Amino acid sequence: MTLQEEQKINADLLRPLQRTTVWFYLLVAFLGTIVLCGGAAWIYQMWYGIGVAGIRWPIFWAFYITNFVFWIGISHAGTLISAILRLVNATWRRPVTRCAEVITVFALMIGAMFPIIHLGRPWLFFWLIPYPSEREIWPNLRSPLAWDFFAISTYLTGSTLFLYLPTIPDFALLRDQLTGWRKRVYGVLALGWQGTTKQWHRLEAAMQIMAIAIVPVAISVHTIVSFDFSMSPVPMWHSTVFGPYFVAGAIFSGIAGLIIAMAVLRKVLHLEDYLHPVHFENLGKLLLMMTLLWGYFTFIERLTVWYGNSSAEMAVFWETQSGSYSPLFWTMVICNFVIPFPILSIKKLRTITGCVIASSTIVVGMWLERFLIVVPSLGTKFLPYSWGSYRPQPVEILITAATFAAMVLLYALFAKVVPMISIWELKVGGHGRPHMITAAEDEEQRALWRARP
Amino acid sequence: MTHRWGMAVDLDRCTGCEACVTACRTENNVRIAGPEESAKGRSIAWIRVERYYEGDFPDVRVKFRPVMCQQCDAAPCEPVCPTYASHHSEEGLNAQIYNRCIGTRYCANACPYNVRFFNFGNPVWDRPLDLPLNPDVSVREVGVVEKCTFCTQRISAGKDQAKAEGRELRDGEIKPACVQSCPTSALVFGDLNDPESAVSMLSRSSRGTKLMDDLGTQPKVTYLKKEY
Repeated sequence: MTLQEEQKINADLLRPLQRTTVWFYLLVAFLGTIVLCGGAAWIYQMWYGIGVAGIRWPIFWAFYITNFVFWIGISHAGTLISAILRLVNATWRRPVTRCAEVITVFALMIGAMFPIIHLGRPWLFFWLIPYPSEREIWPNLRSPLAWDFFAISTYLTGSTLFLYLPTIPDFALLRDQLTGWRKRVYGVLALGWQGTTKQWHRLEAAMQIMAIAIVPVAISVHTIVSFDFSMSPVPMWHSTVFGPYFVAGAIFSGIAGLIIAMAVLRKVLHLEDYLHPVHFENLGKLLLMMTLLWGYFTFIERLTVWYGNSSAEMAVFWETQSGSYSPLFWTMVICNFVIPFPILSIKKLRTITGCVIASSTIVVGMWLERFLIVVPSLGTKFLPYSWGSYRPQPVEILITAATFAAMVLLYALFAKVVPMISIWELKVGGHGRPHMITAAEDEEQRALWRARP
Repeated sequence: MTHRWGMAVDLDRCTGCEACVTACRTENNVRIAGPEESAKGRSIAWIRVERYYEGDFPDVRVKFRPVMCQQCDAAPCEPVCPTYASHHSEEGLNAQIYNRCIGTRYCANACPYNVRFFNFGNPVWDRPLDLPLNPDVSVREVGVVEKCTFCTQRISAGKDQAKAEGRELRDGEIKPACVQSCPTSALVFGDLNDPESAVSMLSRSSRGTKLMDDLGTQPKVTYLKKEY
């Protein structure tokens, strides 16, 4: 790579950090207002009690737990994809990894808020933490909620490290390029990086270890989230498929979230030279596989329930299939399978626009899936005497909207302080073929293949 | 010998008068929600009388089933509580420590009988309903899950009385509020560890069934079906 090319990379990727338009301030003000409204709604809920939300006997979990599972699912985009792509040494990964890892960290932070938001007495949430107290009371380690605490905190620590490690050389670059107080801040963050051979070796080794370690952690996190449901004898929750079903759904919605984020970054930060159609094409193929996997899991989950024909489970089954929740159920099927499947499987449609359309419906569909797991089962438990229905209240809707705004806000702010594409990794190697293989190239490859002895 | 408290409910005797519901409410300081709040699912009733209808009009028969906490030996609510607020007492009760509850409501979801209730708001009693509040029972704060305890305050009072008089507890000496107020004696309470107690004998009778026995929760409440 020539010096000129490297300077172009520096200029392109550091531009968002150095120049800020008025649109950015407007966006931050707009999103910040929504987030503040959500915070006010939460304070209102704490003040008057959780009765201001729509949850009711016997539906004790609803929007907040839906959001919790959804955001933890979105968090599987980054670390898992990035770790796998690093481990298999896919060269096209280079511009993709950081924007994926950032999603993980922020989605996890937001997701981890929800178990606290939904508590009856949120100010006592620290009782879930095994801290040494004079009363010598520990959390109940038989409870999946206690496992949640360990799983999420481990994943958050790991994914933050995983995001931070490959950013160190970029922080060093920023330290050397900027002046004033920003130079000092990036100097601290760069941890004295000088780019010596020894430092490069250590960084590579550390990233390799993290990439290997983070994959089982990520899988365990969503399995444990699924245990929140499957460990209790509630019809349709008590299912053995929930572990893989949740992990598959998490990766599914995670990739969709990543594709949307990449498309927005590409447009807003003018990264057309770095995020190519081939990246969307490859992630689209991955998404296609997850669509099929999701369809299969949903089908077998329903099939085994129908075949088992237990009366309590069939009540929930028909409630979602043709009862009051059926509009949501079939919207979910359309969003998660009927729309994305043809878009992603037909090569001509698997463009950037196509991938973004498919991803948008998938994000909606996956949120509905989480809702349909939580609510219909609780409203249609064993005793018909105590069946109930649920309507979300303004507080819940506002807090939910605020978390989506918070995600975009955190992402936008992060893009202002850290380059969204790993600069040094781009310089290390090329970033894949910028376009899809053309017919002429294909023929050339075939000719080469035939020419070989 | 430790006690193992249980109850027998004679469905053939229950007339659905709901005296047990009222008595329980007064004894245990159960909060009053009012019609609007109740319609939103905010009401709490530690014991309820479920009504089921049989047959078509005009040949309709109504059946009543009082449902309170079944005090399961293998209670699904207990292992899921992350803070041990819901736990098994030495005398086999599914005890709930209100101070320790942080309101995850996981126990209430896991309970197949839906007999755990959540305080959606701060408890209020309009005058003069605040006057009969029971000083032996705590008033539960907002955000806390509560439930039937077989009137644990009456159990300890009965045990203390027997100890003070230097004798063994007599069968039927301890009566939870619902049992005491039942005009047809449909509810029988006692020690299942005492083979001679009335509740033991009724629980062993061929009329006895457990509510949703197939779930394996091993409830200590036995429902007695009709005697033919």
